[in-house]
Amino acid sequence: MTDLTDLGIAGIRDGVRDGSFKAREVADAFIAKVSQAKALNAFLVETPDHAIAAATAADTAREAGETLKPLAGVPIGMKDLFCTKGVTTTAASHILEGFTPTYESTVSQNLWDAGAGMLGKLNMDQFAMGSSNETSAFGNVISPWKRNDGGNASLAPGGSSGGSSSAVAARLCPGATGTDTGGSIRQPAAFTGISGIKPTYGRCSRWGTIAFASSLDQAGPMARDVKDCAILLEAMAGFDAKDGTSLQLDVPKWEAGLSANLNGLRVGIPKEYRVDGMPEEIEALWQQGIDWLKDAGATIVEVSLPHTKYALPAYYIIAPAEASSNLARYDGVRYGIRDLPTGAGLQDMYAATRADGFGPEVKRRIMIGTYVLSAGFYDAYYTQAQKVRTLIARDFERAWETCDVLLTPTAPSAAFALGEKSADPIAMYLNDVFTVPSSLAGLPAMSVPGGLDKQGLPLGLQIIGKPLDEQGVLNAGLAIEQRAGFVARPDVWW
Amino acid sequence: MSDYRIQGETGEWEVVVGLEVHAQVTSNAKLFSGAATAFGAEPNTQVSLVDAAMPGMLPVPNRECIRQAVRTGMAIEAQINKWSRFDRKNYFYADLPQGYQISQLYHPIVGEGAIDISLDDKNPDAAGKRIGVERIHVEQDAGKLMHDQHPTQSYVDLNRSGVALMEIVSKPDLASPAETGAYLRKLRSILRYVGSCDGNMEEGSMRADVNVSVRKVGDELGTRTETKNVNSVRFVMAVVEQEAKRQVEVLEAGGKIVQETRLYDPDRNETRSMRSKEDAHDYRYFPDPDLLPLVLDDAFLAECRASLPELPDAKRARYEALGIAPYQATVLTAEVEAARWFDALLDAGAKPAAAANWTTSELFGALNRTGKDIENSPVSPAQAAELLGLIADGTLSGSLAKQVFEVMLETGDGAAKVVEDRGLKQTSDTGAIEKVIAEVMAANADKVADYRGGKDKLFGFFVGQTMKAMGGKANPAVVNEVLKGALGESVAP
Repeated sequence: MTDLTDLGIAGIRDGVRDGSFKAREVADAFIAKVSQAKALNAFLVETPDHAIAAATAADTAREAGETLKPLAGVPIGMKDLFCTKGVTTTAASHILEGFTPTYESTVSQNLWDAGAGMLGKLNMDQFAMGSSNETSAFGNVISPWKRNDGGNASLAPGGSSGGSSSAVAARLCPGATGTDTGGSIRQPAAFTGISGIKPTYGRCSRWGTIAFASSLDQAGPMARDVKDCAILLEAMAGFDAKDGTSLQLDVPKWEAGLSANLNGLRVGIPKEYRVDGMPEEIEALWQQGIDWLKDAGATIVEVSLPHTKYALPAYYIIAPAEASSNLARYDGVRYGIRDLPTGAGLQDMYAATRADGFGPEVKRRIMIGTYVLSAGFYDAYYTQAQKVRTLIARDFERAWETCDVLLTPTAPSAAFALGEKSADPIAMYLNDVFTVPSSLAGLPAMSVPGGLDKQGLPLGLQIIGKPLDEQGVLNAGLAIEQRAGFVARPDVWW
Repeated sequence: MSDYRIQGETGEWEVVVGLEVHAQVTSNAKLFSGAATAFGAEPNTQVSLVDAAMPGMLPVPNRECIRQAVRTGMAIEAQINKWSRFDRKNYFYADLPQGYQISQLYHPIVGEGAIDISLDDKNPDAAGKRIGVERIHVEQDAGKLMHDQHPTQSYVDLNRSGVALMEIVSKPDLASPAETGAYLRKLRSILRYVGSCDGNMEEGSMRADVNVSVRKVGDELGTRTETKNVNSVRFVMAVVEQEAKRQVEVLEAGGKIVQETRLYDPDRNETRSMRSKEDAHDYRYFPDPDLLPLVLDDAFLAECRASLPELPDAKRARYEALGIAPYQATVLTAEVEAARWFDALLDAGAKPAAAANWTTSELFGALNRTGKDIENSPVSPAQAAELLGLIADGTLSGSLAKQVFEVMLETGDGAAKVVEDRGLKQTSDTGAIEKVIAEVMAANADKVADYRGGKDKLFGFFVGQTMKAMGGKANPAVVNEVLKGALGESVAP
């Protein structure tokens, strides 16, 4: 019998549906994998009971001859940014240690309603701030990948959805939720050789998802291939009256609409994405991607996104500004930890609680955000950054006059070793250079694996689409996926 | 121009006042959550996940709160901004669960408008003044700290957290305690007519921040102070008076006014400097990224406008046009409940001038005496109209009507029923009246002689005796006439 954990979401769904195996067998197989993979530190909490309950429900429904739900029998991993009723949710922070929500985020509820089960809560960068998963209060997530140089360096699984990328790449779950604020789905997907899509801002409800930067945060799926991403996204997305920025639109049938025939599709290549010091291998992969899309019927056009170079600085003003405000609620008054020094007053309690509860990267961003919003600097930084954001969105609008999707690399490098960049925040921020512009513009964007570099590490290609054109993005991703034939997977060392 | 002046050692000073009124929006639910807003509920029983700022919670604007703000803006003929936006005002305090208040700094929903005030009820049009309103914006209220529940700790009650407030900001057009009081009363009246705020200052549904500065007559604006959260019209007027006096004293002693936040202490009738959360002045305002800009369409605005009731000024003008005296029209329109009651009385067919007289004197007097609100008036407009009808058609004299009204107040019965049950009908039966008058004259022959001897003032005595003998039911006009004849007849021997 095949190892059920080798199956992706579609394979599990179809197998459960046609009776090839029981959902319970699938759940048990993944639960065993999760429990054996502690070395990766991908899971903060394991919830086998949840996965088993969903599996049992699927099996019971099938035996009763009922129509199965879209994700019946599929167990997934849940990024710890999503509040899950009765299950500890901390955003990988110390300040929320022990916090158990009495409510379920809309995205996770949508998944449970679709029949999915939860294997556990996935580790991540604290409050989704980080590009390497080194800012979790509960230790780094380790990538399942190793370099082929004979060394044994622990590699970063990317961030902030590093627990998600690591778990999917290591076959601990067939798919996982992620959230993307400036690239937090796409960059970790690229680092670990999996696929991930950030949909149009407003497709997935933010209700019950712990906020990092409200105007940018968007949930999305991470899975092993494009089709699985489409299936998972269909279940996650949808209008939610509880989120004022949620889009009041029906969810398209993305899976059914998948097609790798790109005849007539115009693919834009933004010249400003050729940055200095980009490894040749990434340059080569980009060219390879262009050829694959041509092969699929697309025509290639060069486009210009002239404000690209201002995207990263604008992002690192806007995101921390919103974060500094969003994180003000963690004050020790109502939930989470409270540090009350002897004889302390209210201000002392805030100071002690927040000093103890937030990690260095979160503190750094709160301070940047507080600074850029302060009265004397607001116009010079925040207002200016918002103007840049508008210009960047306009760049994309102009590009859509000549093309339908954009193709770029996902990240400027393959996965780096843990500790390699953590001392230099700017170097770390540069990792988001390709993913941030589309985040600022709220566009759908996806990373699919394209190949391996010389050290045997995965590299990703990014497709950026027009607003609401997830289908175009998925289809271009599928065309690359079929031509790349990416089958590499990490050896099990954990 | 107000002629209110403070006489200092160095000359006359004038006062410049602006009010920022916080009015709690009448709505069953909070501004951004579905939680209830009942006053006086047990602590923390009216709190949703959103109000407690639990992780991942998001605000969604409550349409009814927006509607009430727009209607209020329309009632003061203000600019309604079809595009407005919510901003975050960031500060830390234990009663502010999000760590910021959602407000509207940059783009308020309501722009400039005005409120006409009157400084003389007897002559409301002549003694009026137009006070500018700068803006009305919508914001969330904070919770409340309770310091008296535990020896060393403070408790937090979030019932009020997230309740919708309208902040109504006047221009610095107020120049005396009287004008300030008149403005606040008028604003309160309008809000209550519109139904956007219950105006209950005791329960904190309406409170004012009072900005006061003084200057030598005609000088530039002086430095102002802001006295926070004053919760009665009387106190607001006292703040203006005391704070202006204090500022004049400071300035005349060579001191400077510091721009600061102050508190009013009603027990000592003085303002004092306040040390508080408001000392952190960098609020780091920025557009709330959880909320899209608020865009109002024409249909919504039309619905808001159509739902506005007749407002106090229009109603007063209409009453005056019906022949009601300006003072009575002012009294009748000041409170929405009284105006509503009076409108119902007119609808029931009462003659306006007589109805206004009777309502402002008899009814209001009776309500005052019994400590009842007009909403709980034991006499309904229909019953009052019936009573006024009986006066108009001569069935009841003024004094009989008073008796009937007293019985109505006690029993809740209708006027006709009281008249019937108690036989209080006025009689104009000349024969009966003549008979009684003859008896009265016979029993008081000495006084008849005195009257005929020139003591004209005794006429009233005969009227009184006749009425008394007839149990107050005689028609006074007939009594007068018959008496004049009877007493006069014999004068000319």
